[in-house]
Amino acid sequence: MSAIATLPTEIVRHDHVASRNAEQIALKVENLEARYGRGCSACHELTGPEHSTNVCGQCGTVIACADVSFAVRAGRTLGIVGESGSGKTTVLRCLYGDLNPAGGTASLMTYEEGRANLFTASAQVRRRVRNFDMGMVYQHARDGLNLRISAGGNVAERLLAAEWRRVDQIRARAGHLLERMEIPRSRMDTPPSAFSGGMQQRVQIARALANGPAVVLLDEMTSGLDVSVQAGVLDLVLELQRTEGVAMVVVSHDLGVIRLLCERTMVMKNGRVVESGLTDQILEDPRHPYTQLLVSSVNA
Amino acid sequence: MNEAVVSEIPHDASRTQSGTHSGYSYAFLDELTKKSVRRAILKAVAVPGYQVPFGSTELPIARGWGTGGLQVTLSLIGPGDVLKVIDQGSDDSVNAVNIRQLVELTAPGVDTTAATEEATIIQTRHRIPEAPLHADQIMVFQVPLPEPLRVVERRESETRRMHAEADYGRIWVALYEDVVQHGRITRSAGYPVVVNGRHVMTPSPIPKWDVPRLHQAPFLSLFGAGREKRIYAVPPLTDVVPLAFDDYPFAIEDFDGAHCARCGSDDTFLVEVPQPDGSSVMSCSDESWCEARRTERGQS
Repeated sequence: MSAIATLPTEIVRHDHVASRNAEQIALKVENLEARYGRGCSACHELTGPEHSTNVCGQCGTVIACADVSFAVRAGRTLGIVGESGSGKTTVLRCLYGDLNPAGGTASLMTYEEGRANLFTASAQVRRRVRNFDMGMVYQHARDGLNLRISAGGNVAERLLAAEWRRVDQIRARAGHLLERMEIPRSRMDTPPSAFSGGMQQRVQIARALANGPAVVLLDEMTSGLDVSVQAGVLDLVLELQRTEGVAMVVVSHDLGVIRLLCERTMVMKNGRVVESGLTDQILEDPRHPYTQLLVSSVNA
Repeated sequence: MNEAVVSEIPHDASRTQSGTHSGYSYAFLDELTKKSVRRAILKAVAVPGYQVPFGSTELPIARGWGTGGLQVTLSLIGPGDVLKVIDQGSDDSVNAVNIRQLVELTAPGVDTTAATEEATIIQTRHRIPEAPLHADQIMVFQVPLPEPLRVVERRESETRRMHAEADYGRIWVALYEDVVQHGRITRSAGYPVVVNGRHVMTPSPIPKWDVPRLHQAPFLSLFGAGREKRIYAVPPLTDVVPLAFDDYPFAIEDFDGAHCARCGSDDTFLVEVPQPDGSSVMSCSDESWCEARRTERGQS
């Protein structure tokens, strides 16, 4: 039982949320490359969809992703689809700072007005950008949550990292977000270890959205949720696109989710982008053989 | 700082003799060790609140009994210095007496005192004297656990990363959870503070009562953790701000109008002293301050 009385719902928004220009490019990535291993001069030649592998035949390095470039405007959503091991999650992890990319640039509208490369910023600056301007939903809730502290505390951590310093405001914001995720306020002070997998995932989404970030990265956010909750979560994401001008990158296996949320989609295979464009175009008229296979397997 | 190696002393030198132990360097530590400790101190002063690793050496007292503070003291002390050593406010505890004797035996030209205002170096375990300190005094704290983030993170590699990136969300969440569960912040001794607007630091287990006295203090504070091999510092006139919420502000101990049974003070940090009949009375923790007040009032 909470020692604090329930407070009126109030969304405290960051000042920069209101000033975001819907037409601005919120996130721009160019030639992102990440690898596991030392790398050699032949790595690029010997990997990719034409070789059906992302392991360099000469030095054994795994090219997790290479030559990945894209841009997302504020309030828009980019989808990334592709088979397991195609580098989708690696792209998100590089952007969020969980993984150091081997090359490429990323610029964020809210960081130095998009003129500086986030990848070469100091660790302290990257952490600050991540705490203030980014949110991430991991595929596995245990990666994104501290299961021992309360659900409210998990959401609060993001707010506290972004320098919110009033407990009543933090609780109001956390309670509001959790309620929108269909987690009642009465369970706000329960640790997520006592929650079902679906509930944990919803806590994660609430956490990612907590401080009104400019960019939210969602890795398989609806996998493991039942269909009715999925619909609720997707509704919320759609609403956030409209109201808060958040740019999103959605990684999903579920082409239905991609079709609903994403104006543009990128298809990855063996660490490379094989096709990108408008979602409708890609799903209706796939060009690359892999995309054709993907779309036909769903429709079959 | 004296380079001389002390000689001319009988092997069984005891306190009653005015001389010192033979064969030992001035102030027990050899010059190179003192130099390395001083280097760590200089770095600590340059980066307020940052824990500087140092090679904690062996001493004739066990680690965990004030060896960090003692190494700092021995590295700084020289002829003309006046040393005061207190243990929980007491000049007469075994630990304080032993440390004072070691300095008396090995550092000729150093006086020891119980009077706060006479001291140039005050080595302390867990208290700052009640008497106002001035700019030419140095406080040396004995620190058992220098890492304020240890409560939320076990791994040293991770806490160092968190300090480096100013990633303090998790320690804030611990305070938030405290408020949610207990309606207030329950931390007492070793209350976490932000030093110079950058590093989160534990001010050794001094009571909350003493924490505000570090803020913009005229004196230099040096913290030595011998077992954990860390030295850190708060230079004079540095901001030291306790972690707290705007709606749950930091508060010092409240003795609810109680006063010292011996000197009558109601404006000092009080401790409970058990009596032979099973009852207890409150008494000043700082005994030299209490003594001085009683002398003032002709009660001694």
